[in-house]
Amino acid sequence: MASAAEIARRDEQSKTRTRWLLSLPALFIVFIAAIGPLFVMLAYSFMAKGDYGDVKPGEFSLDGWFSVLFQRDIFDDTVTLADAHLSILWRSVRLSVITTLATLALGFPTAYFIATRPRSTREVWVFLITIPFWTNLLIRTFAMQQVIRNEGVLNTLLMWLGIINEPIPIMYTDWAILFGMVYVYLPLMVLPLYASMEKLDFRLVEAGYDLYAGRLAVLRRIILPLVKPGIVAGSILVFVPSLGAYVIPRVLGGGKNLMLANLIELQFGAGRNWPLGAALSISLMLLVMVAMLVYVRNATRSGGGHG
Amino acid sequence: MAKPRFDIRVQPGFGTVALFTFAMLYLPIATLVVYAFNASDSLSSWGGFSLHWFYEAAENQAVQDAAWRSLIIAVSAATMATIAATMAALATTRTPPYPGLSFKYAFINLPLMVPEIVTAVALLIVFAKVKVWTGYSGLGYLILAHTAFCIPFAYLPIRARLEGMDQSLERAAADLYAPPWQVFRRVTLPLLRPGIIAGFMLAFVISLDDVVISEFVKSGGQDTLPTYMLGQLRRAVTPEINAIAAAFLVLSVALVTVFFFINRKKA
Repeated sequence: MASAAEIARRDEQSKTRTRWLLSLPALFIVFIAAIGPLFVMLAYSFMAKGDYGDVKPGEFSLDGWFSVLFQRDIFDDTVTLADAHLSILWRSVRLSVITTLATLALGFPTAYFIATRPRSTREVWVFLITIPFWTNLLIRTFAMQQVIRNEGVLNTLLMWLGIINEPIPIMYTDWAILFGMVYVYLPLMVLPLYASMEKLDFRLVEAGYDLYAGRLAVLRRIILPLVKPGIVAGSILVFVPSLGAYVIPRVLGGGKNLMLANLIELQFGAGRNWPLGAALSISLMLLVMVAMLVYVRNATRSGGGHG
Repeated sequence: MAKPRFDIRVQPGFGTVALFTFAMLYLPIATLVVYAFNASDSLSSWGGFSLHWFYEAAENQAVQDAAWRSLIIAVSAATMATIAATMAALATTRTPPYPGLSFKYAFINLPLMVPEIVTAVALLIVFAKVKVWTGYSGLGYLILAHTAFCIPFAYLPIRARLEGMDQSLERAAADLYAPPWQVFRRVTLPLLRPGIIAGFMLAFVISLDDVVISEFVKSGGQDTLPTYMLGQLRRAVTPEINAIAAAFLVLSVALVTVFFFINRKKA
């Protein structure tokens, strides 16, 4: 007869088996339609490009990765930096940083405002932030287009007020992309900020005032450090999708003001350079991962202090 | 005690910025909806109130097809994602740590960390090959891709619900000689239902809203409603697209409202 320990071990084994069987469908689907293809793409980035798109299978080449940052002159073979790619990369990073700062500037007071409402009305304010958040991104981008185009609400209003005489052309500029990204990603900043402000202990604020701190000192020395996890989380939630934005620059930036995602698409379309497209995609993913790492490090550092 | 005049919670100017933010969030959406009722042919001028463009959109065969396709994909993907996520949640919650537990958790949530465009082109590469090998180019690819990115969204509320659930009822049922399957069907599943509904709705909305992955995975003539709209935005835009967007908007808001109230009841 089996010993008690033996029975317990078998029981544990069968439980583990059941758990794996139960998780298998989810793991399988995520693998074949989300994670697995990333490895195929990694392999593609190291192959030679095909003449009409696709790759020459099995033909190893570093051209894809080389072209991410450099270009070779077709006449004299000199190597120079790929200015077009660098300017798109620079635009993506710059616009994403500005978007993050702008959403923080608008989102911080908004989240604070919501967190200091009476408990009963807070939910309604949060709900008002959630609705745009769940509205289709394309629809919101399109809505922004109707506000900023030449005959749009913004220009009409400014002309009616007599501030300008001619409509300011905003569409198809970096400004249009910026307006769109701030508008679309703002809820992603407000929600985590609110989550951390809701827990704010106002007795600490009161203590600050008792010790003769001014409004600004209280904000800077007490509130800001306490809600830092929310600031970091919100910034990551805005920065990461901004960096990979595809729809907003496509609709608002027109064909000229590309961001990284549009550059990637170009390689799989008219550019017919799949290895470069794959290498660019992996570069974008690495950039995102660096941002995430910064977040994790910040979160663990500031997490222990107060909870 | 006298009411203190100095409100420690107030920061000067914050209320103004907050109201500006709310106005900014709703002004574009409001503009979009108002222009859906424009009788005029263009977006540049207001031609009076009319439902003309709603009729126009509803009778447009391409819009009908795209809407129908979006619905089929969203229902199929959300259903499969919810089933897979429920099973995975049962296997990854309320257990002592076991080898592979954190791996499963990380793996299921990984699609959330990858930029959409990256997943989209990776799927484009793989599905292009599979289409050539199998000769199949139906909606299956879109449904599969949607299911994958819906799984983490369905998983989170189901897992959260499971973690907050009291295990004593299930133990009691087992003590009364209910076989495991019966415990699951009669006790666990009914308790878990709000989480499953929330997970399904979240997955459904996420699938319905998707633009980027659908745009890259779809074959010719497989436009979903969002990719159809994206294609239309390239051309001269009429208020018809406002009408489609407004209808879409109403659907999303209705779903979110229901979701909000389900969650609130739970809390």
